[in-house]
Amino acid sequence: MTTGTDDALLSIEDLRLEAGLGRVIAEDVAFAVRPGEIVAVVGESGSGKTMVARAVLGLLPPPVVATAGRIVFEGRDLRTLPGSAMRRVRGARIGMVFQEPMTSLNPALTIGRQLDEGLRLHTSLRSAERRERIVAMLGRIGIDDPDRCLAAYPHEFSGGMRQRIMLASVMLLKPALLVADEPTTALDALVQRDVLELMVELTRENGTSVLLISHDLSMVARYADRVVVMYRGRIVEQGATDAILLSPRHDYTRKLLEALPRRGRARAVPTAEGAVIEVRNLTVDYPGRAGLFRKGRPKRAVDGVSLSVLPGETVAVVGGSGSGKTTLGRAIIGLIRPSGGEILFRGRSVMGGGGSREYRHGCQIVFQDPYSSLDPRMQVGAIVAEPLRLVPDLSAAERAERVRRVLSDVGLDADYADRFPHQLSGGQRQRVAIARAIVRRPAFVVADEPVSALDMTVQKQILRLFGDLQERYGFACLFISHDLAAVEQVADRVLVMKDGRIVEAGSRDDVFDRPQHPYTRRLLSAIPTLEPLPEGGFRLSVRHGQEALSAVS
Amino acid sequence: MTRTWFGLPASPGALLGGLLIGVLLLAAGLGMVWTPYDPLAIDFRARLQPPGPEHWLGTDEFGRDVFSRALAGASTSVSISLFTVAAATVAGMLIGLAAGYLRGWTDRIVVSITDALLAFPGILLALGLLAVLGANKYGIILALALAYTPSVVRVVRSNVFSLRETGFVEASRVMGNGELFTMARHVLPNCIAPVTVLATGMFGWVLLSESALSFLGLGVPPPAPTWGNMLAASRPYMSQAPWLGIYPGLCIALTLLGINLLGDAVRDRLDPRMRRI
Amino acid sequence: MLRFALTRIALAVPTLLIVAVSVFLLIRLIPGDPALLMLGDMADPHSLADFRRSHGLDQPLPVQFALWLGNLAAGDLGRSITTGQEVLPLIFDRFLVSATIVVVAVALASLVAVPAGMLAAWRQNSLTDLAVVAGATLLLSVPSFWLGLLLLLLFGMKLGWLPVVGYVPFGQDFGAALAYIVLPVATLVLVEVGVIARMARASTLEVLRLDYVTHARAKGLSELAVMGRHVFWNAFAPTWTLIGLILGNLLGGIAVVETVFTIPGLGRLLVDAIFARDYPVIQGCLLFIAGVYIVVNLVVDLLYPVFDPRVTA
Repeated sequence: MTTGTDDALLSIEDLRLEAGLGRVIAEDVAFAVRPGEIVAVVGESGSGKTMVARAVLGLLPPPVVATAGRIVFEGRDLRTLPGSAMRRVRGARIGMVFQEPMTSLNPALTIGRQLDEGLRLHTSLRSAERRERIVAMLGRIGIDDPDRCLAAYPHEFSGGMRQRIMLASVMLLKPALLVADEPTTALDALVQRDVLELMVELTRENGTSVLLISHDLSMVARYADRVVVMYRGRIVEQGATDAILLSPRHDYTRKLLEALPRRGRARAVPTAEGAVIEVRNLTVDYPGRAGLFRKGRPKRAVDGVSLSVLPGETVAVVGGSGSGKTTLGRAIIGLIRPSGGEILFRGRSVMGGGGSREYRHGCQIVFQDPYSSLDPRMQVGAIVAEPLRLVPDLSAAERAERVRRVLSDVGLDADYADRFPHQLSGGQRQRVAIARAIVRRPAFVVADEPVSALDMTVQKQILRLFGDLQERYGFACLFISHDLAAVEQVADRVLVMKDGRIVEAGSRDDVFDRPQHPYTRRLLSAIPTLEPLPEGGFRLSVRHGQEALSAVS
Repeated sequence: MTRTWFGLPASPGALLGGLLIGVLLLAAGLGMVWTPYDPLAIDFRARLQPPGPEHWLGTDEFGRDVFSRALAGASTSVSISLFTVAAATVAGMLIGLAAGYLRGWTDRIVVSITDALLAFPGILLALGLLAVLGANKYGIILALALAYTPSVVRVVRSNVFSLRETGFVEASRVMGNGELFTMARHVLPNCIAPVTVLATGMFGWVLLSESALSFLGLGVPPPAPTWGNMLAASRPYMSQAPWLGIYPGLCIALTLLGINLLGDAVRDRLDPRMRRI
Repeated sequence: MLRFALTRIALAVPTLLIVAVSVFLLIRLIPGDPALLMLGDMADPHSLADFRRSHGLDQPLPVQFALWLGNLAAGDLGRSITTGQEVLPLIFDRFLVSATIVVVAVALASLVAVPAGMLAAWRQNSLTDLAVVAGATLLLSVPSFWLGLLLLLLFGMKLGWLPVVGYVPFGQDFGAALAYIVLPVATLVLVEVGVIARMARASTLEVLRLDYVTHARAKGLSELAVMGRHVFWNAFAPTWTLIGLILGNLLGGIAVVETVFTIPGLGRLLVDAIFARDYPVIQGCLLFIAGVYIVVNLVVDLLYPVFDPRVTA
């Protein structure tokens, strides 16, 4: 594999990372980043991509060390640099942006101090000059009131804003290389797109190369010039983005590309019978933060939402954070008491106790976080059997049989029943959660971001499982997600929420192909699609690109 | 693969701690049924003898054997501490669960009372209660239990609140389980780990408090020996018979060391499990 | 910020109130005639009658409480049965003695323990770390009264370097005062160093794991700058709370150290009063110490945002 190292800004050669006791994190890693290029390293959890990024800056967390290879940057091998020389490189020549906006800025220091720190360390600008540069950069990232921003603390800003500030902080020093470690994973679809666009603009203006680490191949495909695919610590394929998309050579690359959720045929949903769930004019208010001497103003999370779900169909609710979709789901399932409106299950109101036992048996929920939705002290078998204790006239043998059957339906062998949650992977835990939800054959299941916390290939498996189970068990589903791509695969109808209201509703094909509301169009344009081509490759396409970018929300 | 020892990581600290506690419990048990000499037997001819073959830790100003008194003191201190920790843990869990489950006014009252009790630092509350109840074995247990229950209540209550929000507790509710069943089946078992960690540490504080109270003269009344009152009584004889002061204090120190080491091992074992959640 | 401060202060008031009620009820629990209890067996009938009237002993309990509270507010806690002195000034004088020792000890202990704990965390699993953890664990296992006795034995009796009994106030003779408090302060310092170091180490370890520390290193800051500017402030916050708790705990627990070194402090006052059944003094001490503890924790809470600005949100 030629990597053309001569004109490269950064050249990694035969890098090997180990974590003590002979555990290999990554080996034979070799690729290059040329000046002005954006190179993406893509892989799932366990691929070693994050550690490689950290290795470039020499910031590997303690058990991990680089045991072989070279990291050549601007002609010098960074692995052999003494500490003081490396510190001069960090920040000034190579900048790094991290994943979690909530924890990457020091909560105890003002923004101003943190932005100033790098400049003070690496340049000889005077205080007034530094301040000028900082204010200019803040304006560049979209902050109108720089003085107030400089005196504020990180916790006063949203996640997206914090990532922008992080970018500003790093780009102030005009480094030659920017290492971005999953910079937008924790953000909303729309915010993700904005932050990435900002990153690309800033780096282009300053001639900075980018090493972008990500698990999201479609997002990366939009911006990267070259892609490096990693799996279990090794590079399986690398090359120009277009080339890889058009003709992926390695099986794993192909698997990754195919894992992206794709639209299937539109299903024929029976419309004859009455709706399973009907929601009329639902409002949910959160009490505002009450101080000691005044009552808080209530915040309306769901504002007059009406919807209905027919038997066997999947209705998706999409929106950004703060849209109210999660609150809606929780109110429908009964975890939150609504402040107004009605919820009907099979035609009978479920508020105020009437029909609520039937409701409790007929409606279940699958949560987002597979790590906290299972009781750590219970075995899998017991977890799945628990709902059956409320089903009358079931013998112990019948109960065991049903548990065994539902476990096998979700793809887990009988011997999983004796294991504890901490012994299972994220995907396996989510299967257990699904098994628990459907073991009583409910008529209706709320799925609250069921795949967001999982790896891409696992997501695909779980989404397919959902579809299969729905066919077999026949439950209706309310699928809540911020991920339009996943929704595209499973939904029959789509509802788009913003600020507590439904702004668009329709069949999946209608909403995805002919969006009416500007917000829907913006959402769709933020999600690039990889279309499979007849020749066997993929093509990147952006939906409703031009009109969306110019829309004002 | 770390070796485990009764389920605890077999670090040198845990082993040492276990050893010390083992010796302590052995001594306490022994002290209840047999000692080389009668701890109360006065023998003026043998007074203030340094440690030797006949009296392993020497004798005090009344000729009483220090080793026997130390053994008897071990049983007294350990039994008082165990009863206190048991009482505080059980009471604390019940009150904490009630506050977390019932919320509303019950919770507010519990919090106010807990805050007020915690406003009396350290042994102050125990001192105050002893002033009223008088110093005897049961008074001490009651006073110390009252002083330490609020800490357990706080920990249990905060655990209950955070557990209420977790996915599996919400799933239990959505499943149709009643509140009481959910609390018993899902919340309570997941509180056991932090309470165990707390109880282990508490055993040490209670032992230290009991010794301190004894030292001040407010413990189990003489002539019954406790390490604390043995230390207090040794003061006039410090320069001529230093062993009277060294050994009882050494017993307390070694016991506390064992508890701390064991407590650390317990916490290391239980906490990482919790962090994985 | 102002709202945060006012809220915290306002929350302290009901606690103070419940403390007052608790102490009031506690004393009332003692069997016997409250007037006799408070004035002593030797009091004359005239004073007893006066007491009964001014404290409303024939009135319902809430009225008694109100009257009692009124007296408290006016600073009248009665007179000591044993010495006849007014309780409040007596407590206050003794408090100054105890407070001097406690504050100096905790300050010194923090100055040593916090850097030691942070150093141990920074060099986790090294020999330094092991030494600090082992040392801290050993020190905090040692009971203060035993340590005091040993120090007394060594430095006071065997070596004769320092006085063994008593106390001289600083105003009187600085040098002598210093000599008298060295041993008690040393005892407390040794015991508390262990506790504080462990907490400092634990919270520093937590902070070192966080992203913004890596971010600071990624900017090219030296380790010293990272530790001092980024790690310290965030790691210190829980330790700061702990210091408040320790200060309060020692106000009660210092009785043992005062006993060992025969220091006329607040702890000793309370214990002596318990033996002498001097109820006005007992009551006064309980109220005073609890009150000081609440105030100390309030101050610690109010200063917490200096280390962690998130709490005011």
